[in-house]
Amino acid sequence: MEFGPHLILAILEGLVQASVLTLTALGLSLVFGVMRVVNVAHGEFFMLGAVFAYGVASTLGGAPAVGFVAALIVAPLLVGLLAVVSDWLVLRRLDYDPERTIVATIGMLYVIQQVTLMTFGPDARPVEPPFNQRIAIPWFEFTEAGLEFYFPWGLSTTSYKLFVVAAAVLAGLGLWALMARSRLGLVLRATQLDRETALAFGIPVERVYAFVFGLGAALAALGAVLVVPVRQAHYLMGHDPLLLSFIVVIIGGLGSLRGTVLAAILIGMSDGIISVFFSPTLAKILATLLVAMVLVYRPQGLFGAKPA
Amino acid sequence: MSRALSLHIGLIALLFALQFVLPAYHHGNLARIMVLAVYAMGYNVMFGYTGLLSLGHAMFFAAGMYGMGLPMRLWELSAGPAFLLGVLAAGLLALLVGLLALRTIGVAFMIVTLMFSQALFLLILYFNPVTRGDEGFVLPQASRQMLGFDLSDAGIRYMAALSLFAVCLMAVYRLVRSPTGRVLIAIRENEDRARMLGYDTWRHKLLAVVVSGTICGAAGAAYGLLFGTVGASFADVPFSILALLYVLLGGPGTVIGPFIGTLFMFYLRDLSGAVTDAHMLVAGVVLIGLTLYARRGIMGVIRERWAPWLP
Repeated sequence: MEFGPHLILAILEGLVQASVLTLTALGLSLVFGVMRVVNVAHGEFFMLGAVFAYGVASTLGGAPAVGFVAALIVAPLLVGLLAVVSDWLVLRRLDYDPERTIVATIGMLYVIQQVTLMTFGPDARPVEPPFNQRIAIPWFEFTEAGLEFYFPWGLSTTSYKLFVVAAAVLAGLGLWALMARSRLGLVLRATQLDRETALAFGIPVERVYAFVFGLGAALAALGAVLVVPVRQAHYLMGHDPLLLSFIVVIIGGLGSLRGTVLAAILIGMSDGIISVFFSPTLAKILATLLVAMVLVYRPQGLFGAKPA
Repeated sequence: MSRALSLHIGLIALLFALQFVLPAYHHGNLARIMVLAVYAMGYNVMFGYTGLLSLGHAMFFAAGMYGMGLPMRLWELSAGPAFLLGVLAAGLLALLVGLLALRTIGVAFMIVTLMFSQALFLLILYFNPVTRGDEGFVLPQASRQMLGFDLSDAGIRYMAALSLFAVCLMAVYRLVRSPTGRVLIAIRENEDRARMLGYDTWRHKLLAVVVSGTICGAAGAAYGLLFGTVGASFADVPFSILALLYVLLGGPGTVIGPFIGTLFMFYLRDLSGAVTDAHMLVAGVVLIGLTLYARRGIMGVIRERWAPWLP
């Protein structure tokens, strides 16, 4: 393939990656923003989303679309509930102390991962996409006869991948509406701004925290359900989303949802593009070093405002 | 001799005596535990005494290991200079990481150390032709000779591990009882107050990072030399968490805590191996249990209840 079609392909792949990453990182960012908790187990909630999606789809059987739609609803709900339970059992008892919650969520990471290994097993398992038409993409070249369009071999995407992008945009808009336009969003933002005052105004901060932790995990699970027909469910699949979400949340500015979305698109796209042209490992090395440098020299993130 | 000093010397003497009575399996385990305990002690200097929680100490262990192993593999350097090179590499890396990471505090510091460590891990994978990536490489037995001793021999390996352990144990013991060590503890308790009293807290923290990284590097170089393997898994995140786990379990801010934690965790993993293959499950459960119910770890509780003199 020539450079042009290759680049288009890389951008398309990057777009799918960026969509899923946006959802996952939004979950992490929300939890950090409202609760000031760095949830290291976030990647495992992502993984659980994919594993539950496989579980739902394979028990229902029948048409792929039925199983997929069921998974889209059930998996995030289950993961969200599990997160609420772990918040009540562990994080609440630590008074949300930053250092201790990090250590505890590291523990949760291993427990979830290893229990999945013991039950789900070490194999990668696929979920069938509900629809999957191949869509060829035209490319042009200048010949003696003028501008000519043709379909280069290998330059294509699938209808399902486009659906992933659309679904992520919808979910993102939904979250925005929840945060900016609903009463619940007001309560969440109030808790984020000033926990003590929120408490004084009768906001049940503990329940808000449990809800936010569940919502954050459910967002990660939703991203995983969307991506599982493209990739496969595997007990170690939470590792990369965790690292990338961290990168995104930090570059976007800790706790800023708008910055998170911008950074997710930037990182998702550039990770996709660098991975196609160079090596995925190189892309990750550059991203991790970038994050470290951003935290050292611009702790408010690239898109965040400087604190007064 | 004070109670504290006799306790530490007694521990070293006990470990020396144990090699004559232990069966071969536990003899081998204990050599490994001592080297891993050195790694945990290095971590403890930063986390337990200075209050800096790092999530990336595997990078110092790996810097020591690869700083020792790569020159041996590529240029056939002999074991002695290679060991020193490994320690030096870890010390320099710690200086660099300290200079950058100490500009941040709290959660940001943890993430910066995590990211630097991850970058080193990925670099090891990326330069696969040189480092053999994931697989790692084996140091041939013929090259593992130091001062005329064959380090692959079980008895000598035990003594080498014990020597390193003893040197590091006494060095940390001296450090935390020295005026410098007192300042580190003051920083852990209240950095603003320490600064107000006129101590250059930044310089002290940098010192803690470099000392900590160097000790961890020595552990990494020794591990490679004594057990003959150099591998990327020693640079990965779970290995960083392991140091945190050892120290949390044994008791952060106690000199022998890291050894106790390593010993318990090693055998806990060993025993759980009979029940399940998912060996990190135990680590996860212990981490959650410790943060919920026992923040001070084993030696921390002992110090609180019975032995307030414990350093």
